[in-house]
Amino acid sequence: MKTRKKKRLTFDKIKQHAWSIIRFILVVGLSFVILYPILQKISTAFKDPQDLYSPVVVWIPENFTLDNIRHAMSTMDYWNTLGNTFLLAAVTTILTTASCALAGYAFARLRFKGTNILFFGVILTILVPPTTILIPMYMNLREFSLGGIIPLLTGDTVNLLDSYWPFILTSITANSLKAGLYIFIFMQFFRGIPKAIEEAAYIDGANMGTTFFRIMLPNATPALVTVLLFSFVWQWNDSFYTTTYLTSSKVMSTQLSSLPYNLAIALEGGTSNIDPFYLSMVQDTGILLVILPLIIMYLFVQRYFVQSIERTGVVG
Amino acid sequence: MKAMKQFKKAYGTYDGQRVVWGLIFLSPWLLGFLFFFLVPLVTSLRYSLSTVEATAEGLKLTFVGLSNFVEALTVNPNFNRELIESIIDILVDVPLVLIFSLFIAVILNQEFFGRSVSRSIFFLPVILASGVIAGLEAESLVQEINQQNASAGGIAGALGAFELERIMLRAGVSSFIVEYLSGSVTRIYEIVSLSGVQILIFLAGIQTIAPQVYEAAKIEGATGYEAFWKITLPMVSPLILVNLIYTIIDSFARSPVTELIMSTGFNSFNFGLSSAMAWLYFISIMIILALSTYLISKKVFYQD
Repeated sequence: MKTRKKKRLTFDKIKQHAWSIIRFILVVGLSFVILYPILQKISTAFKDPQDLYSPVVVWIPENFTLDNIRHAMSTMDYWNTLGNTFLLAAVTTILTTASCALAGYAFARLRFKGTNILFFGVILTILVPPTTILIPMYMNLREFSLGGIIPLLTGDTVNLLDSYWPFILTSITANSLKAGLYIFIFMQFFRGIPKAIEEAAYIDGANMGTTFFRIMLPNATPALVTVLLFSFVWQWNDSFYTTTYLTSSKVMSTQLSSLPYNLAIALEGGTSNIDPFYLSMVQDTGILLVILPLIIMYLFVQRYFVQSIERTGVVG
Repeated sequence: MKAMKQFKKAYGTYDGQRVVWGLIFLSPWLLGFLFFFLVPLVTSLRYSLSTVEATAEGLKLTFVGLSNFVEALTVNPNFNRELIESIIDILVDVPLVLIFSLFIAVILNQEFFGRSVSRSIFFLPVILASGVIAGLEAESLVQEINQQNASAGGIAGALGAFELERIMLRAGVSSFIVEYLSGSVTRIYEIVSLSGVQILIFLAGIQTIAPQVYEAAKIEGATGYEAFWKITLPMVSPLILVNLIYTIIDSFARSPVTELIMSTGFNSFNFGLSSAMAWLYFISIMIILALSTYLISKKVFYQD
């Protein structure tokens, strides 16, 4: 009897060990798959063009050079672009988070007749692809009238294109990039906070506004972190709205997509004689430069982020 | 004065105040919804049903009925093909992404050495594979060269996949499934980069399952395998629905149809045709969403 028990125990142990080894291999392998492009870009950034064709060089360049980085930086006007992008992303992120938190709280707790119909509107904003409304939006912003109010005051419509106004206006009204998703996240989160807390605050004399800002919002840190991170990152990488609304201002995503073209002009004054592989190399370096600030930021935030998803109401 | 009193009576109560504050809190969103969503949506529908001409006094719309839609589907050489291609892509990718992200979420939920590091790594695609970067990554020439260089040593790997394929075919697995599986192995990076948010949602969902449920099951003699099928899967099944919707929307947003619509609108200034394409695109998303939601929602388990 005794021996049998022992045997079973060891069998379980073997199973456990085998699983942990398989799991380890899987996790390491998949992590490598995810990190591989980044590692490759780091190695490409320091490679000389001739290393690209050398079969000997795989990761560590033979002729170490900073030329790629220098070219990419000067063509993208890096520091200037970085400042612009940061400003744009930060402003839209803060405004979007604020307006979506308000809307999410209202949908979760301050319900009245018709809330359900309005919430259907939120679902609709998630479902309708932005492409569908892009052209009317474009025309609307080019001759912006706010339903006829601005022409009454100044006599003419305002052209808001090529400024940050389209981004500010859409994010202050919770209709920017993927805002429906953020409203949904906030709504789910606020639903999970017990009602008794609000009622206690009301009995103590707080009105709904005070309750929201002093009690609900500080409790919603996980949802806040998630939405802040998402909206910052997606705005940073977005090329859909930036190419339409911002034609001349320099932000990362537009600079990045026109990098090879601009570089060819800067190097030769034309697009004819330049090795396309070299251009691609510099573009890879450019991608690295664009995501570098994000990765640095992620390193600092990820602790809160990973913690926060454990408590966010991303879940229904 | 009387009106004031009446107002106070109606909105001075706790429930009345909720209505007032609810409207205040919703007003920014409501304004934006009207001006930046509903009005453009209706305008786009009007554009799609007419020819749009730019004149000195602005845009002139002439109603032409459905001819823009007919043109998009029958005359335009690219639209049809690209729409169907992206639909097929979605049908192929969605099940893979869902299964993969659930699997990874289950793994990341277990205790093991280096869990927090690997969690951070698995959420990286949320940052890296979005917007402009994902598009540029796909056409990078450097990647190609490196793959060429690496393939000298990679023959063994290719042979392995090939060998496995043959074994499976011999074993009588249908060739469609074999191709699907081996294709998904070679596209592993794509699938990983598509499933960042989905892993996150699943992981958050798994963590809301009460540990007592697992404990009870363990005492009753359930293995980990049984616990997954009988507890984890039913409990996260509402999230499978959420993830399904998210994946479909997300992969449509990446499809080349978007670019075609934009270039028709902004390069050839055919606003009518472009809007018609956009509406067809929207309608096809809705059909796929409705079908798949209908199929899945029957199986979804809600605890309450």
